[in-house]
Amino acid sequence: MEEFTEKLILPGIGDLHRIGVYEKHGGYTALRKALSMKPDHVIDEVKKSNLRGRGGACFPTGFKWTFMPKQSEKPKYLCANGDESEPGTFKDRQIFEFNPHLFIEGALIAAYAMGISVVYTYVRGEYAAWIRMLQKAVDDATGRGYIGENILGSGFSTRFVVHRGAGAYICGEESALMNSLEGNRGYPRVKPPFPAQNGLWGCPTTINNIETLANIPVIISRGWEWYSKIGEPKQPGTILYGVSGHVNRPGVYELPTGTLLTDLIFRHAGGVPGNKKITAVIPGGSSTKWIRGEQLEGVRMDAESLKAVGTSIGTAGVIVMDEDTDLVSVITRIAHFYHHESCGQCTPCREGCGWLEKILQRFSAGEATAGDIDLLLDVANNIEGNTICALGEAAAWPVQSFVGLFRDELERRVRKTVPEPAYIPPPHLVSSRS
Amino acid sequence: MFSEHNLKKLDDLGKNYPESKPLVLPALWMAQEQFGWISPEVMRYVAGLLNLPVSHVYGVVTFYTMFNTKPVGKYHLQVCTNVSCMLRGGDRLLKHVCDRLQIRKGGTTSDNRITVSEVECLGSCGTAPAVQINDDYHENLSPERLDALLNGLS
Repeated sequence: MEEFTEKLILPGIGDLHRIGVYEKHGGYTALRKALSMKPDHVIDEVKKSNLRGRGGACFPTGFKWTFMPKQSEKPKYLCANGDESEPGTFKDRQIFEFNPHLFIEGALIAAYAMGISVVYTYVRGEYAAWIRMLQKAVDDATGRGYIGENILGSGFSTRFVVHRGAGAYICGEESALMNSLEGNRGYPRVKPPFPAQNGLWGCPTTINNIETLANIPVIISRGWEWYSKIGEPKQPGTILYGVSGHVNRPGVYELPTGTLLTDLIFRHAGGVPGNKKITAVIPGGSSTKWIRGEQLEGVRMDAESLKAVGTSIGTAGVIVMDEDTDLVSVITRIAHFYHHESCGQCTPCREGCGWLEKILQRFSAGEATAGDIDLLLDVANNIEGNTICALGEAAAWPVQSFVGLFRDELERRVRKTVPEPAYIPPPHLVSSRS
Repeated sequence: MFSEHNLKKLDDLGKNYPESKPLVLPALWMAQEQFGWISPEVMRYVAGLLNLPVSHVYGVVTFYTMFNTKPVGKYHLQVCTNVSCMLRGGDRLLKHVCDRLQIRKGGTTSDNRITVSEVECLGSCGTAPAVQINDDYHENLSPERLDALLNGLS
């Protein structure tokens, strides 16, 4: 198969963030085209394209849009998720900086397709500079009549609001994001009800990632058939892969889905400094399961190939660790992060994340016992699946995979000087007295 | 307490939402810009302005890490030590700046000029290690480059 090298999201055209330049390169023609189509037809195009969400969960975007009620007495809302807080992920800021109108155009097409009255773009608080860039682009688009009343004479009206977060990983979770936008603590909500029925202020709401929405204009302008042939057919398109850690050229690389992980690391990111060996790779942001260096050959960045090595694509934020890395300190740092970011609603996560961090710290300090390895798994297994939102899994998965892949690393850190105490199972595992 | 400009701005922002509660984050951002930190007095003021219980505003302020609940220096150095920065020397950067300024992380220099905080991922993984000084990102840092940056602060 011929290699697909076109850049659809970040084409590298100078000054593309300026609306005039964007228009000169065909900008906002997809919006015009969409406005001439029936809303259902737009949804259909996106559905047939097989576009999957780029925020980590890989949910089919067009399918998600069909959950929105066609008729609604209440206003309908779209939330564009620019919280981008998953460690290893730094792609949406590139869109805000280099191609903000592509995202705005995609969001407007989505708004038209679903009959949205306000698009709220929630951006993480740290991105103050990128919020200014985005706001400038929104103002420019409003000035040209792409946002507001009776857009391009179509009769369709929608508003566009940029909302700044204030530092909370959990607000990237869609229901926590809605609570935060409503002016509350960013606590995830119990589902059901799902956002399409009961979202912002109890109204039908869809939440899409920034990069996901940036894919919409090209699907509309070039058609689903063309788009669905790019990369891996089950999740087609290009992805903004973020490569960080021990590589010569860290950065964002736009390549088709299903790109070989080794190509990404060696061909594009320039390999490992000093030609050192890779001991571990985190493929999709800190919440995804790790891969051992020896397993990398032949692994492709798509759901199925990554599943075969026990992990997932997440946000496609690839973190590379060379042979000199103290892996235990890295997994301890990740556990610290989830402990810090747990919102505290659910006991398994609030308490469990703290336990994971403390137990891992014992390995770093040389105070761990052999039983602590299984205790780690035990705690992680009891967080997974027992929480309102997926932060529980996000905290458990890296630890579970680390114990599975690098048990030897942990065993080497076990304290050797004192006799081993017997493993006492935590109380919840001891059967009741009856 | 808010300047006329901020009150007007808040009023305009109000048109974006169906009720006043969503203005709590924008109002707290304005307050932090105007006063440098969110004091209990500011929380009461914002609560009054938006017709919300003080306890609600307190709950929001304490949930989000970027709101300073105590005064910070003129320059707030926020050093990322999460994985991608850690792998490229974020930890060393934090230690270096604390040693240089003779403060612990979370602390402020005695002249109230600089506060150093350890923060979670800034989204600068491809340009790691990174430090955010007030609103501005500084990336691809080494201890030497950070020194040069500190020397350049007014």
